[in-house]
Amino acid sequence: MFSLESFVDLPLIWYGLIATAIFLYVLLDGFDLGVGILFPFAPSDSCRNRMMNSIAPFWDGNETWLVLGGGGLFAAFPLAYAILMPALYMPVILMLLGLIFRGVAFEFRFKATGKSRKFWEYSFHFGSLAATFMQGMVLGAFVQGVKVQGRSFAGGAFDWLNAYSVMVGMALVFGYALLGATWLIIKTDGITQDWARKCAGYVLGYVGIFLGLVSLSMPMMNTDVKALWFSLPNIFYLLPIPVSTFVMFVMIWRGLHKGKEYLPFFLSIGVFLTGYLGLGISLWPWLVPFNVSFRQAAAAPESQSFLLVGTAVMLPLVLGYVAYSYYVFRGKTSDEALY
Amino acid sequence: MIEKFDPVLLSRIQFAFTISFHIIFPAFTIGLASWLAVLEWRWLKTGNTVYEDVYRMWVKIFAVTFGMGVVSGVVMSFQFGTNWSVFSDRAGNVLGPLLGYEVLTAFFLEASFLGVMLFGWNRVSPKMHFAATVIVALGTLISAFWILSANSWMQTPQGYRVGTEGLLYPTDWIKIIFNPSFPYRFLHMVTASYLTTAFVVGGIGAYYLLRNRHVKHARVMLGMAMIMAIFVAPIQAGMGDLHGLNTLKHQPAKVAAMEGIWDTEHGAALKLFGWPDQEEEKTKYAIEIPKLSSLILTHDLNGEVKGLKEWPKDERPPVAWVFWSFRAMVGIGVLMIITGVTAAILFLRKQLFTKRWFQLWCMAMTPSGFVAVLAGWFVTEIGRQPYIVYGVMRTAETVSPVMGSQVALSLLAFIFSYVFVFGAGSYYILRLIGKGPGVLEKAYGTHGVKEPPILTDLTSETGGKHV
Repeated sequence: MFSLESFVDLPLIWYGLIATAIFLYVLLDGFDLGVGILFPFAPSDSCRNRMMNSIAPFWDGNETWLVLGGGGLFAAFPLAYAILMPALYMPVILMLLGLIFRGVAFEFRFKATGKSRKFWEYSFHFGSLAATFMQGMVLGAFVQGVKVQGRSFAGGAFDWLNAYSVMVGMALVFGYALLGATWLIIKTDGITQDWARKCAGYVLGYVGIFLGLVSLSMPMMNTDVKALWFSLPNIFYLLPIPVSTFVMFVMIWRGLHKGKEYLPFFLSIGVFLTGYLGLGISLWPWLVPFNVSFRQAAAAPESQSFLLVGTAVMLPLVLGYVAYSYYVFRGKTSDEALY
Repeated sequence: MIEKFDPVLLSRIQFAFTISFHIIFPAFTIGLASWLAVLEWRWLKTGNTVYEDVYRMWVKIFAVTFGMGVVSGVVMSFQFGTNWSVFSDRAGNVLGPLLGYEVLTAFFLEASFLGVMLFGWNRVSPKMHFAATVIVALGTLISAFWILSANSWMQTPQGYRVGTEGLLYPTDWIKIIFNPSFPYRFLHMVTASYLTTAFVVGGIGAYYLLRNRHVKHARVMLGMAMIMAIFVAPIQAGMGDLHGLNTLKHQPAKVAAMEGIWDTEHGAALKLFGWPDQEEEKTKYAIEIPKLSSLILTHDLNGEVKGLKEWPKDERPPVAWVFWSFRAMVGIGVLMIITGVTAAILFLRKQLFTKRWFQLWCMAMTPSGFVAVLAGWFVTEIGRQPYIVYGVMRTAETVSPVMGSQVALSLLAFIFSYVFVFGAGSYYILRLIGKGPGVLEKAYGTHGVKEPPILTDLTSETGGKHV
C-alpha cells in the first residue's frame, strides 16, 4: 500500500490544507452571509434584488468550502471530527438549519409574491444571521477548549454556551457584515453602493471593538497563550500581526471615504487573515484545544496520502474554475430577475 | 424523563429522515441534468425552439430542486460527526477520503458551473453554456459514484484491516472503491434516477396534453419520457435482479428478509404478500407461488434459499420493513414496464399523444419513481441492520456521546423545517409547472446580468419600503 509518509510531513500538510479550506470558506461564504445580514436594512426592494443577484451565482460554490472543511476534517483528522461534532452538537445543527432557510431563499424569493416573498426575505436574513452567529459560537467554544476522555467528547450538552462564545458570535456577525458591505461596494453602484459604503463604515467600528475584545481576552483566559504572545522575544516577532491589522483598519476607513471600490473588500480580507493567523498561532498545535494535537488526530498515513494525491490534482483545477465563474459574473449586478 | 429518549433510536430516525428527504432531490437532479444536456444538444443541433422552451422551463425546476439538494446535503456531511462520532472515528480512515474525493471532484464542479448554467445565458457563448450543462450533469454522476462507493463499502466492506481500539485501516483502495456491491448499486441507482425523472417529465407532459396546453412541448416531454420507459425500465428490472443476486452472495440475511423466508428451504416459494412476524418467526397469511423464489435467486427450481433462522435473533434486520419496501419497489418497477409496453403499442397505433386514459395514467405515475427510490433504499439500509458496516461494526455501538433529549430536539427541528421548507419548494415547482414552457416572456429569460457595467434605472431604487 502506497504512502507518502516518508517523503512529506502528512499531518502538517493536511493541517495547512484544512486551515486554508476553512479560511476560504470564512471569506467566501462570509461575504454572502454578510449580504444576508445586511439585507433587510437596504433602502429599497430593487436594492435588495441587486444584493441577492450579486451573490446568487456564487453562494452554492461558497458553501461547498464548508463541506470541504467538514469533509476534509473527517477524512484527514477523523478523531478531531468525532470529538468536535458531538461537543458542538446544538450550534452545528442550528447553523445547518440557518443555512437551509437562507439557501432556499435564493430560489424561493424570486418565485414568491406578496406576503410569502416577505417571508423568504426574512428567512434569508435570519437564516444568514443564525448561521453566522452559530459559527461564531462554535469558534468561541472551540478556543476555550473541549473536554475529552479517551477518544470521545466528555463534556456536557451546553459546554459551548457562555458569555464568551456569545461575544465571539456577535463579533463574527459584524465581521461578515463588513465583508458583505464591502463586497456590495464592488458589485453595485448608485444608491445601493452609497448605502453599502455607509454600512461598511458603521460596521467597521464594531469589528474593531469586537476584534480587540476577542484578541485581548484570549491571553487573559489562557496563561499559555499569554506567555506565547507577551514574552520576549516573541512579542517582537508577533507584533506585526496587531500592527498590520491596525494599519489595515485605518486604510479601510480612508478607502471608504475616498470612494475606493475594491480596496475596502480586499483589506477586510486582510483583517480576517491576520485575525485567523493570530488564532492559529494561539492554538498551535491543537486541533481539539487543549487536548488533541493535529498529529494525534491525524488519519492513517495511507488515508492522508490517498486523498493528498487527489487534492494535489483537483485543488488547482477547482480554484481555476471557481475563478472562472467569478470572472464570468464580473462587474456590476443589475436588479432584475436573473434568468 | 431524559433517560426515556434513546440516542441510538433517535439518531437512527434522524439520519433516516434527513437522508430520505435528501435523496429525493439528487434522485431527481441526476436524471434531470442529463436530460437537460440532451435537450440543449437537440436545440443547438436542430435550432428547434421547442427544445429551448422546454429546457428553459425545466432548468428553473432544476434550480429549485438543486438548491434544496445542496442545503439538505450539507446537513448530511455533518451528521456523521454529530450523531455517529464513534463510527466516524473508527471508519474515518476508509470512508473519509471517499467523501473527500466526492467534494473535490463533484461538488465544486457542479456548484461552479451551475451558476453559469442558470445565470450565464448572455455572458458565455451557446457552446460554453451547453458545456456547462454537460459538466453539471457529469458532476451529478461523479458525485453518485463516490457516495455510492462509500455506501456500498459499508454494505460489502473489503480492502481494510482492523487495528487497535476497533479502528479500521485501508489496505487496498481499489478494493475499497470497487467493492463487490458497488457496480450494481451504482448502475441501479443512476438508472433509477433516470426513470424517476422520466416519469415526472412524462406525467407533466401528459397533464399538458390532457389540458390541451403547450401541445408541441408536451409531446417532447411525454415522447422522450416514454422512450425511457420503453427501453430503460426493463433494463432496470434486469439490473435489479443482478443486484439481488449480488446481495444474496454477500448479505444473505437481507435477501431472506426481502423474501420473508424464515426456514432454510429447497424449492422456496415466492411470497407475493404476507405479514412477516418477527416474534413468531414466520410470515403469516402468505400468498405464494411455489418454487419461484428458488428459481429467481438460484436459477434452479430446487435451489437452497437460506432462512432468517440461520442467524441469531440479534443479527436479523427488521423483517416487515424490508419485506414491504421491497414489494413497493418491485411493484412500481412492474408498473413502469407496463407503462412502457403500453406506450410502445399506442405509438405503433399512432395514439400515444391522444389517448386520454393513458394521459391520466401517466399523471398518476408522476411520483412513482420517488416512491420506488425510497423503498429501494429502505430495503438496502434497513436490510443490513443491525450493522452500520456490515459484519464489522454494529449501528448501536457507534452513536455519539450526546444526550437523547438533544437528539429529540434536533429531530423535531429537522422535521418541522424540512416539511415546511421543502413543502414550499414543491409548491413553487408546481407553480412553475402551472405556468408551463414558452409563456415565460423572453425578457425574463434572456436579459439577466448583462455585460458590465450596466446602468439600471436609478430612480427605481428609491421609495421602496424596508422589509
